[in-house]
Amino acid sequence: MSAEDKIPVTVLTGYLGAGKTTLLNRILTEPHGKKFAVVVNEFGEVGIDNDLVVGADEEVFEMNNGCICCTVRGDLIRIIESLMKRKGRFDAIIVETTGLADPAPVAQTFFVDQDVAEKTRLDAVVTVVDAKWLSERLKDAPEARNQIAFADVLILNKTDLVTEAELAAVEALIRGINPYAKLHKTQRSAVPLDAVLGRNAFDLDRILDIEPDFLEPGHHHHHSDEIGSIAITVEGDINPEKFMPWINEFTQVRGPDLLRCKGILAFKNEPRRFVFQGVHMILDGDLQRDWREDETRQSKMVFIGRKLNRQEIEAAVEACRA
Amino acid sequence: MTTQAQTSLTQNVTALDGGDHVITAAFIGAHPVLALADGCVKIITDGQTKSLAPHTGAPVLLGCVAGDTLLTGGEDGKIIATSADGSLTELADNKGRWVDALVAGPAQSIAWSCGKSVFCRDGKGQIRTWDAPSSVRGLGFLPKGYRLAIAHYNGASLWFPNSEAKPESLDWKGSHLDLTVSPDGRFIVTSMQENTLHGWRLADKKDMRMSGYPSKVRSLSWSHDGQWLATSGAEAAVIWPFKDKDGPMGKPPRECGVRPAKITQVAFHPKSLVLAIGYEDNCILLCRLTDAAELLVRRPVDGAGSITSMAWDGAGKRLIFGTSEGQAGLLTLP
Repeated sequence: MSAEDKIPVTVLTGYLGAGKTTLLNRILTEPHGKKFAVVVNEFGEVGIDNDLVVGADEEVFEMNNGCICCTVRGDLIRIIESLMKRKGRFDAIIVETTGLADPAPVAQTFFVDQDVAEKTRLDAVVTVVDAKWLSERLKDAPEARNQIAFADVLILNKTDLVTEAELAAVEALIRGINPYAKLHKTQRSAVPLDAVLGRNAFDLDRILDIEPDFLEPGHHHHHSDEIGSIAITVEGDINPEKFMPWINEFTQVRGPDLLRCKGILAFKNEPRRFVFQGVHMILDGDLQRDWREDETRQSKMVFIGRKLNRQEIEAAVEACRA
Repeated sequence: MTTQAQTSLTQNVTALDGGDHVITAAFIGAHPVLALADGCVKIITDGQTKSLAPHTGAPVLLGCVAGDTLLTGGEDGKIIATSADGSLTELADNKGRWVDALVAGPAQSIAWSCGKSVFCRDGKGQIRTWDAPSSVRGLGFLPKGYRLAIAHYNGASLWFPNSEAKPESLDWKGSHLDLTVSPDGRFIVTSMQENTLHGWRLADKKDMRMSGYPSKVRSLSWSHDGQWLATSGAEAAVIWPFKDKDGPMGKPPRECGVRPAKITQVAFHPKSLVLAIGYEDNCILLCRLTDAAELLVRRPVDGAGSITSMAWDGAGKRLIFGTSEGQAGLLTLP
C-alpha cells in the first residue's frame, strides 16, 4: 500500500480543559466533506459530534524487543485492526488522548506495529495548550511538558483570558520546550483545518527545512533535567560512516530521554539530502531530493528531550565531519 | 508457485456471493454462512442466499460457530446467534462496548470479552464475569469442565466461571493476542505482539517459546488427532509437533505450502492430516502432511485481497473461504 493510500491519523493531546474536545468538534463539523473515525479515551461532558466514535482503554504496553522506551497502545492496535476492515467508511482517524497521557506510545504504535503501519500513517501530533493555566501546569504536571515537547502543531488556546504580556510569557515558556512546532494562537480552538490536518509531519519527503518557528530561540534558562531542545548546524559535509553509527547509538542509549529528533544532512559526495526523524529509539532516515544550487550544503539537526547536553552532542556531531 | 507439480481442484470451487470484507466463513450444520464487515450475515441453502442484518445495520467485528448457530459480535456491542432458518437470538448486550474476543464452549456455553471484562454464559443463560488484569485479546475453553483460558498482557489466566476461586495465572512478559487450547487440554498456546508463539504445559506450567515468524501469527489450527498445530504468519505454514509430552520443545516444526506470499489462514481437515492454507494474495492450497503433496484450490486473483477466514464442514467434504475484498467460495471435494 503506498503512502497516499494509507489512512492519515492525527493525534490530539493537551492537558485537561485546554480545549481538545472543542477543537475536535470544530474539525468534525467544518464543511470539508470528510468522514472521520474518532478514538477517544473518556467520554467527557462535551459530546462528540460524529457518527463513528470508538472508546479506548489507553493501555500502554512495553514491547519485548529489548528497547525499554518502546511502548505502544495495545488497545489502539486492536481498534485500528477492526476499523480497517470497513473500507471507504472514513477518510481519516483522529485519536484523542486523555489529559494525562504521554503521546509517545500513541505515536510509536504507528511505527512499531506492522499491521497498523501497513494501513495507516501518523500525520501529526497536535497539542492544545491553555494560555491561562499553562505556567501552573508546568509546575505540577510533567505530562503537560511532554505533550508540548512532542507536538508537531501547538494550539495556544484561550488567548482571550490573558493579557498580552502574559501571552508573551507563556509563548516563551512553550518555545523554551519546543521551538520547532507550528504554533497557532486561538480562542475557542478556532484554527483553519489545514493547520491541524494533512501535515505529513512524519513524512521524510516533507521535511523541508529545520528553522525555529520563533524569533528569539536559545534561552536556556531551564534546568538540565527538564525538557528542552538543542539545535545544531554544521557547515560543510558530514561523513555518513561516522554519523550513522553515532546517531544509531545515541538514539538507542539516550532513547528514553530523547523525545523527538529531526535532521537534514549533507553527506560527502552525495548530491541528495539525507533526512532523518525519530521518536525515542525509533529512527527513520533516507536520502531525499538533490540539494538545489541555491541551497547551502549544510547539516541541521534538532533534538528535543530531557537531560540533553549541548556540549556533548555538538562534540559528537563535530567528530562526524567529512 | 512451487516447482512441484500441482493437481488442481479449482474446478470444484463455486463462487459465493460475498460483497464486503469476510469476517467469518463457516458452516452452521450443513449450511455455508458468511459474516461480513458491513454487518450482513449470508446463509446459503441449496444455492440460494438469504441475507440478514443481525446487528440492525451495525458492522460485524467478529464471529464464530456455536453448535448450529453463528455467533457475531457487532459494533452495537451485542452478541447475536443466527440459526440456519434465519432466526436471530440476542445472547448479550454490552451497551455499545466492542466485543474483542468471542468463543463457543462445551454444553452451549459461550465466552466473550470487552476490554478487561470477561463474560461466560452457560447453556442456561447464566452469565458470570471476571475482570482480567489488562485488556483481553484471546479466549479458549478447556475441553473438560467449564473452564476458560484468557490471554492478556503479561500472560494468561485460567478461570472457573462457577467458582469463587481466584483464576490461576500463567505468566510470560509481553502482549498475548490469540489463544488456543490443545484438544487434549494439555497445552495452551498464545500468539504474541512480537511475532512469536508462547505455550504452557498445564501440568507443570512449563514455558515453551516458538519463534522465527516474520509477522504476527493470527491463525492457529489443531489437527484432528491433536498432534499438530498449524500456524500462519510466514511464507510457509509452520506446523509444530505436539504429540510428545514435551510438546514441540527441542523439535523443529514442519513447513509446507511454501510460496512467495504470507499465509493468513490455516485450517486442518477434520478427519485427515490435510491442511488448507490461505495466503495474503488470496491463493489457497491443500497440503497433505504425510507426503507434502499439494493441491491448488484457488489461484491468486489481483485485487481480491487476502484470505481472511476459512473453515471445513464437519464431514470434511467442503471448505468455505472469504477474502478481505469480499470474495468468497466453496470447495466441494470430489
